[in-house]
Amino acid sequence: MEANRSTLQERLDIHRISRRKFFKFCGMMTATLALPAHYAGRVAQALLANPRPPVVWLEFQDCTGDTESFLRASQPGVDELVLDLLSVDYHETLMVPSGAAAERSLVDTITNYPGQYIAIVEGSIPTAAGGVHCMIRGRTALSIAQEVCGGALATIAIGTCAWDGGLAAALPNPTGATGVRDAVPDLGTVISLPGCPANVANLTATLVHFLTFQQWPETDDRGRPHFAYGEEIHEECERHDHYEDERFVLEWGDAGHRAGWCLYKMGCKGPKTRHNCPTVKWNDGTCWPVAAGHGCIGCAESHFWDRMSPFYAPGEDDDD
Amino acid sequence: MFQGSEEPGDHQVVLPVVEKNHTAEPGITPTPSPTPPVTPPPPSQRLAIDPITRIEGHLRIEVQIEDGHVVDAWSAGMMFRGIELILPGRDPREAWIYTQRICGVCTDVHAISSIRAVEHALGIEIPDNARLVRNLIHAAQFVQDHVIHFYHLHALDWVDIVSALSADPAATSALAQSISPWPNNSAAYFQTVRDRLTAFVNSGQLGLFANGYWGHPEYKLPPEGNLLAVAHYLEALEWQREFIKLHALLGGKNPHPQSYLVGGVSLPVDAGHTHAINPQRIAHLRALVDGALAFVEQVYLPDLLLVASFYPEWAALGTGVGDYLAYGDFPEDNSGASSFLLPRGVVLDRNLAGPPQPLDQDQIREYVTHSWYTYPEGDATARHPSNGATNWQYTGPQPPFDLLDTDAKYSWLKSPRYDNRSMEVGPLARLAVAYAAGHPRVRQLTDQVLAHLGLGAPALFSTLGRIAARGIETLVIAERLDPWIDALEANMNAGVLDIHNGTLWDPVTWPAQAAGWGLCEAPRGALGHWVSIENRAIANYQCVVPSTWNGSPRDALGQRGAWEEALIGTPVADPVRPVDVLRTIHSFDPCMACAVHVLDAARREVMSVRVK
Repeated sequence: MEANRSTLQERLDIHRISRRKFFKFCGMMTATLALPAHYAGRVAQALLANPRPPVVWLEFQDCTGDTESFLRASQPGVDELVLDLLSVDYHETLMVPSGAAAERSLVDTITNYPGQYIAIVEGSIPTAAGGVHCMIRGRTALSIAQEVCGGALATIAIGTCAWDGGLAAALPNPTGATGVRDAVPDLGTVISLPGCPANVANLTATLVHFLTFQQWPETDDRGRPHFAYGEEIHEECERHDHYEDERFVLEWGDAGHRAGWCLYKMGCKGPKTRHNCPTVKWNDGTCWPVAAGHGCIGCAESHFWDRMSPFYAPGEDDDD
Repeated sequence: MFQGSEEPGDHQVVLPVVEKNHTAEPGITPTPSPTPPVTPPPPSQRLAIDPITRIEGHLRIEVQIEDGHVVDAWSAGMMFRGIELILPGRDPREAWIYTQRICGVCTDVHAISSIRAVEHALGIEIPDNARLVRNLIHAAQFVQDHVIHFYHLHALDWVDIVSALSADPAATSALAQSISPWPNNSAAYFQTVRDRLTAFVNSGQLGLFANGYWGHPEYKLPPEGNLLAVAHYLEALEWQREFIKLHALLGGKNPHPQSYLVGGVSLPVDAGHTHAINPQRIAHLRALVDGALAFVEQVYLPDLLLVASFYPEWAALGTGVGDYLAYGDFPEDNSGASSFLLPRGVVLDRNLAGPPQPLDQDQIREYVTHSWYTYPEGDATARHPSNGATNWQYTGPQPPFDLLDTDAKYSWLKSPRYDNRSMEVGPLARLAVAYAAGHPRVRQLTDQVLAHLGLGAPALFSTLGRIAARGIETLVIAERLDPWIDALEANMNAGVLDIHNGTLWDPVTWPAQAAGWGLCEAPRGALGHWVSIENRAIANYQCVVPSTWNGSPRDALGQRGAWEEALIGTPVADPVRPVDVLRTIHSFDPCMACAVHVLDAARREVMSVRVK
């Protein structure tokens, strides 16, 4: 252990990561993943792999919201993810080269690291009309996904769009948008992190789990990790007691709203949604939508744009 | 120079003597990649740059290069989702939740325009607290987005990271101290940054920075300027994550804050409760704003001026169409556009001798002549957005392909025009309108920046001018954050707690038919939503978006869009590494997910909608 610690210290020095900050992060990850506390050391060792795991981040029919979420990463910050922990070799929103030089970055990675790179897919993949609704360098999103995800160690579908088609697939789904698992059905491992956008804390935890154990976190049959999608928002909600005691907000800004009562009758979809939004929260744990007085819209559930809408319909009409 | 005490022009960028061929310290072995030879351009060449990176979304630029200069250009949006096809039949009160997802970068702007459009259609006025909360969320979007654009999307067109490896930390410290009081300015600090960068490069995995244009002769900053910018690239990553917590405090999260409501906002104001704007949230907001102002004044703007001072030739390039449109934004009360912090109007032919022309939204039309859509009355015609009709029909080359047929249709973007003119929108348009309108703070800062760089007003209409305009307005907007928080706090303390006007929340109170529009300024420019409501459901929805204005293909008159026009005359030193083209395109901060949109006149069945 002593020898290991010295190695770790050296590697932390190389990466200019403060030891305190690093172990704080490892502890947080261990907690997010519901691992016993003594795993923190193992998490720490695994994170400073050399070479850093290559990542190819593909954007298709997206709004870049999941990329923006990625930029909000904390503990470690996005700078540490990009410079010290991963090698994000292709990411159109953030990478320096354009055009042919960008293509070279992609080809280099999938050629030099076959079966070793992680593909992250953001946005849906259109399948109508031969895929002409999303083309990069004259190629369809579908053909790019087939090649890049097909040669990857694993694919992470980040955000609801890459999971089940998301917004573009809302009725009447004009472009035949689908998630990556439906578009490229013969892929091996596909981890899905729905949410609109996905919460970066869950992406970081998923990557850390893989780096630590060389295996992906346990998922349900739709690829969603249990640690993030195992609990109902309603059960974990800080307003749950108000629900139990039937204290409901009835008008925006009324006394109950100001006092933080239950938003069920204002349309909250927390009872129909499984996600760790209330516990992990957003932006470094600062807040989450219910704490800003608005109901959950169910954005981590499949086809939520059609199944959860109308979003303001009172809960009693929505009981399953 | 941005802290009020100094006079225009009294702040000179003094560059220290830069030691050439700096020798690395023992144990550090910077490995700058060898400077690739410049590929001499052939006399005539058609170049396709796809993907354009460091933007939002899928943009393809094709340019015709003759004798080392761009003589023609075509801008093509390459992705389409059909969000407006999805809206008809749904509850107008939730339209904002859908339209917000048009873009996750400018993550509040389509929500703001949407709720304004529905409120306009139904005649709803919002309470003062709602106006203030919306202003704060919207303004924070500008401040954060502009800083990210400068450092993470645009800077590396001007900053050579590999050159930074050979910077002298002490000289970098001297340079930093000469332009700003920002505390992270010691030699030890820059040594740390350089060491981290060196370790990264020596790892052999360059990630996002691989295949960059390092060593390109168009990079003009000295190594110390490059190292300073790299340090602030990293600091800005951390800063943006902190500052945007303002969205979480007021909107629950970012991206896609979730506290909007037609009629107001969902976040209560109540000093006595946790789940409300209370003294704790106010204090947190103030701390975030203090940090933002410091970063903008002491990091962003000094860096902007430093970089600009090395690239004066770009004040004459990228000049563009010369006609500017701004809807204006940030209402200071409920009296309409006259109260806006950033004024509304139109400036034509680069004429700053004001006042700007008043905006007439009836003059907006959209062409589909070169877009992959058709109009029933023919594709040489144009339609007002309130009457927008779109049928997508892809007629481009079948993938995979090398070049588009730009004589035919070549983009998923339509071509909006104002009084049949191709307009530029965005920070430069807002600055032009505000300057022409005599906006005191905009005039003061603009004159200071021009004096500092030794440039005249015509230099504003350029690639460099767009960058400067973005910086200037960031400060103008950031300075209003505190007064809005003050007003919110005063209301809270006075017991003025209204956050929502609920008189028309219930759709049974609505007329059988209603129509309206909602205009806002997005960081990238003028954004409008047009909605019509029938039988309490959306009948028609149309967005005319900043990057559609700027990135549009040619119209029926053959007029280029703003990006296409701005590229004309751009020198291309090395077509294999076209950093010159990227400089002008990036100066507009393209946002393609916003730009492509469509509305089908055919209405979706309403059966799946249950409006309560």
